[in-house]
Amino acid sequence: MPIFRSHILVCGGTGCSSSGSQDVQKVLRDEIAKRNLDKEILVVQTGCHGMCEMGPIVVVYPEGTFYCRVQASDVPELVGEHIVKGRPVQRLLYSVPEDASRVPFYKDIPFYGKQHRIALKNCGYINPDNIEEYIARGGYEGLGKALTSMTSAQVIDEVKASGLRGRGGGGFPTGLKWSFAAKSPGPKKYVICNADEGDPGAFMDRSLIEGDPHAIIEGMMIGAYAIGADEGYVYCRAEYPLAIERLKTAIAQAEEFGLMGTDVLGTGFNFTLHIKEGAGAFVCGEETALMGSIEGRRGMPMPRPPFPAVHGLWGKPTNINNVETWANVAQIIVNGGAWYASMGTEKSKGTKVFALTGKVKHTGLVEVPMGITLREIIFDIGGGILNDRKFKAVQIGGPSGGCLTEEHLDLPVSYESLTGAGAIMGSGGMVVMDEDNCMVDVAKFFLEFTQRESCGKCVPCREGTKHMLLLLEKITSGRGTMEDISTLEQLAEMVREMSLCGLGQTAPNPVITTLRYFRDEYEAHIRDKRCPSHACTALLRYEIDPETCKRCGLCAKNCPVSCISGSRQEPYRIDQEKCIRCGTCFQKCPFGAIGKN
Amino acid sequence: MTNKIRTLDDLRRIREASTDLTSARSKGRASIVVGMGTCGIAAGAREVMTAALQELEKRNIHDVSVTTTGCIGMCQQEPLVDVIAPGMGRITYGLVTPEDMAAIVAEHIVNGHIVERLVIGRAD
Ligand SMILES: Cc1cc2nc3c(=O)[nH]c(=O)nc-3n(C[C@H](O)[C@H](O)[C@H](O)COP(=O)(O)O)c2cc1C
Repeated sequence: MPIFRSHILVCGGTGCSSSGSQDVQKVLRDEIAKRNLDKEILVVQTGCHGMCEMGPIVVVYPEGTFYCRVQASDVPELVGEHIVKGRPVQRLLYSVPEDASRVPFYKDIPFYGKQHRIALKNCGYINPDNIEEYIARGGYEGLGKALTSMTSAQVIDEVKASGLRGRGGGGFPTGLKWSFAAKSPGPKKYVICNADEGDPGAFMDRSLIEGDPHAIIEGMMIGAYAIGADEGYVYCRAEYPLAIERLKTAIAQAEEFGLMGTDVLGTGFNFTLHIKEGAGAFVCGEETALMGSIEGRRGMPMPRPPFPAVHGLWGKPTNINNVETWANVAQIIVNGGAWYASMGTEKSKGTKVFALTGKVKHTGLVEVPMGITLREIIFDIGGGILNDRKFKAVQIGGPSGGCLTEEHLDLPVSYESLTGAGAIMGSGGMVVMDEDNCMVDVAKFFLEFTQRESCGKCVPCREGTKHMLLLLEKITSGRGTMEDISTLEQLAEMVREMSLCGLGQTAPNPVITTLRYFRDEYEAHIRDKRCPSHACTALLRYEIDPETCKRCGLCAKNCPVSCISGSRQEPYRIDQEKCIRCGTCFQKCPFGAIGKN
Repeated sequence: MTNKIRTLDDLRRIREASTDLTSARSKGRASIVVGMGTCGIAAGAREVMTAALQELEKRNIHDVSVTTTGCIGMCQQEPLVDVIAPGMGRITYGLVTPEDMAAIVAEHIVNGHIVERLVIGRAD
């Protein structure tokens, strides 16, 4: 095998691809060939590094030099300077926002400093389309160990000992769930990987599949062995074409290598894996709806019990876990449950991947040990609030989650602590908000989503979320009354208590938590007809200060609804009746004579 | 098919064979640094680099990293090669030819003997 003195890793995740990494890769391969370096330099496409906002990301090994925002036009310099002459290209290195100093190496970048990568171990490090790279990193050792030296019961015990809990939102202990499906009698059982990932803003599961598909496959096979299944499905939304592509390649390679199929490793274990593409409905992430969708029915939840472990796919005992849950399994088998349980808090073990977005300096994918504080995630890893504005709230757990505030920043993150504060771990979405976010508007945004995604099967969810949304629209447009708040609270309680599935049961969470922590904002909208964050357009008022106005007429010329009148002799003024509050005049006025209130 | 994995031993064998795939992504137990500034390249550093890689390949050594560096200001001594191996500090060799490079790999990297006749500098 030829020796390559350097590997250049180009991120081929969805984030970096959309910022041009495919071009970078192509130009890079051409440049390497042109300089006759193709026998000594290897270009490798990897999965996501998590720092998508800095993409396209290129890492040069053996040094581990980390380049950000690399464009195709940078490639000749990168090759000429770094690869040929060994001089890192300073201007492409990561730059620390505080003092603009440059950080050459992956391991020294603060974004990665506090992370602990288990599920993401291979993401950004290996070529996901090459099973041998996965094997080189110890891949399929867990499956080998389970099949050749452990009984099904021992596998389940190991997972129980690890304390691993479902990463899809509910946090149910994984080993316990497996033991239910294992106990269910029957010759035919299934395992399912839930890759629906319907939360707006979440991309953990997508990145895991794109970056390390074999880890998911290996985890599922270990689970299948533990419960006695020989067939599995990955339910992945069709909006994730790259993830599906990588998964297909990985399945084909696993079959080619004899790691999937019949008599795996000569142990008599058989397994086949299918991919089911979902059309992308939030409710199809709910396990009973998901199985209905695989069977070809409309995705609507069913009452439980019976649970999938007893009556699942095609009526057979089925074990369903989230992508990230599966991603941890093989390493637990290799390193032991105690190893995994040594990380985290008393009841929440191991690590959790979060998609950090919103008003933070570094958005992206982060994997942190359970028990880390929100402050560490937002300020140390995320680098703090964008433009040094003030932190206001963080929405955790997506549309089913809640908003936490300043007072929760030092809360150690665990299933229990988040639920206690009114949020949920959810699948791991984390949206950071600053002073400019109106919390009533935020609650409305998430409720709009759940209301639209409600499948309509049960009345509390279908009607309740609709009426809650109408009330929020009323309040944000300045027509609300104080009674609306109590009606909202009653409805929230009802929808939460009476809905059939988790969608309705959690949909009121954003409303409940914002009412709990930001009640004064609701009251300001109602009592003072004012949005304290100036975010709700209906409550905004633009006014021209006649003293400052220089009568240039720019505002009137640009107003799309011609609601500004005035002349050289007379100061300009806005007709509030006609104004649509688009803010154009505010932006156009060169003298700052227009006020926003 | 050659890659068919039928037993755990087959898996371990493929793992063994595959470690080279990613070994260049770690620093390695020792490293060879070739001076590749304009002066180095003019003096034949490219050929020295190729010789280093070929010798490592011939000897099936995959845990030694080979990197480049720019001009360090001793242009008359180019091609310059630094070898950093555990316990032997950083040794700088000067006026290295492709044949010398092969000898450096054999002596310094494999046998742990510094090739004294080519040494022009030492550091810890
Ligand atoms: C409305 C709704 C949407 C859900 N979406 C997802 C999803 O996208 N991914 C997921 O893994 N679990 C989702 N779940 C949770 C699943 O029903 C199920 O609990 C989970 O897949 C179990 O896996 P785990 O134990 O590994 O978390 C959703 C639940 C509800 C009620």
